[in-house]
Amino acid sequence: MNRQTILIIVLGIIGILLPFIFPAYKLQISFLWILIVLALTWDIQGGQMGYNTFGNILFFGIGMYLCASIQVGMFFPLSEWTASGGEKTFVHEPDQFFQGFFVGILAAGLVPAIIAALIGYGILGLRGHYFAICTLGLGIAAGEIAGGIELIGAGQGMTVPPWPKGIGDTELRAEFFYFLSFILMVITFLFLKWAYQTRFGLILNAIRDNEDKAEAMGIPTMRYKIIGWVITAFFVGIAGGLMGNMVGYIEPVEVAFAGATLGVFMILMTILGGKGTLWGPVIGATVFHLFKEGFWTYFLGWQYVALGLLIVVIVVFFPEGLMGWIREKYPEKFGETVDEEDQKSSVEL
Amino acid sequence: MVAILELNQVYKSFGGIKANQNISLEVEQGSIVGLIGPNGSGKTTLFNSIVGTHPIDSGSIKFNDKEVSELPVPVIAKLGLLRTFQQTRVYGKLNCIDNMVVSHKPTKDGLFSVFSVMPPELTEKAEKLLEFVGLYRKRKLLAGDLSFGQQKLLEMAMALMNEPKMLLLDEPTAGINPTLINGIIDRLIRVNGEFGITLLVIEHNMRVVMGLAQRIFCLAHGEMLAEGSPENIRDDQRVIDAYLGVQ
Repeated sequence: MNRQTILIIVLGIIGILLPFIFPAYKLQISFLWILIVLALTWDIQGGQMGYNTFGNILFFGIGMYLCASIQVGMFFPLSEWTASGGEKTFVHEPDQFFQGFFVGILAAGLVPAIIAALIGYGILGLRGHYFAICTLGLGIAAGEIAGGIELIGAGQGMTVPPWPKGIGDTELRAEFFYFLSFILMVITFLFLKWAYQTRFGLILNAIRDNEDKAEAMGIPTMRYKIIGWVITAFFVGIAGGLMGNMVGYIEPVEVAFAGATLGVFMILMTILGGKGTLWGPVIGATVFHLFKEGFWTYFLGWQYVALGLLIVVIVVFFPEGLMGWIREKYPEKFGETVDEEDQKSSVEL
Repeated sequence: MVAILELNQVYKSFGGIKANQNISLEVEQGSIVGLIGPNGSGKTTLFNSIVGTHPIDSGSIKFNDKEVSELPVPVIAKLGLLRTFQQTRVYGKLNCIDNMVVSHKPTKDGLFSVFSVMPPELTEKAEKLLEFVGLYRKRKLLAGDLSFGQQKLLEMAMALMNEPKMLLLDEPTAGINPTLINGIIDRLIRVNGEFGITLLVIEHNMRVVMGLAQRIFCLAHGEMLAEGSPENIRDDQRVIDAYLGVQ
């Protein structure tokens, strides 16, 4: 076993024990796992592939609305639920709650993945700024459209079925969602760790460094770009479904398609941690979440100013992120020791 | 004679600029062919047309008897028709070995091979080819840290890794240390002889192209000016006029 495997196992055990060590922070730490998922998946495009996307929040919102709609719609008329404020009129039995939740989460992953595959062919043909602007539009448009659909509560939003009565208290609910989001984070991490070691990872890097060259060498770049986006959409969609249930209330532009907050945070976290690395998004999300919660607690009223300062500090002092900074200081820990003589040697033919 | 590449009356213009007009040429299987011409005569445009970077206005381009003028770049590359770039293009943040490994053409390239692990024998093959172009000691460096000339050599090795049938080289010796030029000519001849790869070479260095090519095409102002053996081209008054101007 190498050091990385041991580190992952130790962190995994800590993750399992955390809700019992800090029971008061269960929900906060669950949010952290979701944030890590968002950062890890943003890094597929933004870091490994070099496509800066602002549109991942689209899949987050779709997953959230879809999961909640299915949870309600499987047992009660959805339009009456949203019109009447939901849980006051209809009550989910425990069985109904878990069935609906299971199907909802599944759909929250699969449907965004399919949407990503469908729109990917058009959008991923754009490059650089054009891709960024286009995806930015996607997220904003989705929020406005969702705000106009009566069935899902329009601008008023909708409630998610509450935790069913009679099977434990709110502590059990918090633990349930804690472990689900923890498992989602672990699966995302391990999947990407594996995927980056295959042909997929290498070709994403090739696309980042020179897409024209990759095409000229016969690599079907579009296929790899779409697969990358489908993976992102799948995990982000599930994260959205979980988040909706944890928050309990879905609002189109503040909670679901929250491009101005979560949509930007996922990029900041990745850049803070170091884009293009596996651990960067994990570290970045953790540091960011700690700072952000600290600002919201101790600098209330000035929290966005403090956050802005943090961003400035990141950009000025850690342009390559924390991982990039460590990598520069200790390249030998990353297997990058380069022999001086090799560097200076001249080519002879 | 078997023609591996056959161009028939190819036209390409950008707005009012007629970059290629009525270009017809044949490249024999297994040969080394030079393509020369003054700056702006349409050589690189012709390369771009052949590999599908931009569509041609009219005419036909046949590779191995297959019409390729309508196909996209990766598909043409997969058929075994590869080009290198005048301004080097390498994957700068990857090391040389990874640059090589990612250039390998997988035998089966279905949806399931997306997540296949790169076999270790590819690394061996990559090291051998890097040795061939003299970059073995640089193999662990990032490609972006190499000098321009070294990147050109790396690009050549990457092209060989792909095992093409035909290679279009855009100025393989431009920007390369003059002491290495003889080595490059030697390598290109070996690529042609040992690997059996047909070469079409754009080159400005007359010493290189005269020593390398068995047949030379000369473009001027987007039109085919002359073709023939190196000796014929050297003595052709029209070619001399195109390069030096008419008195």
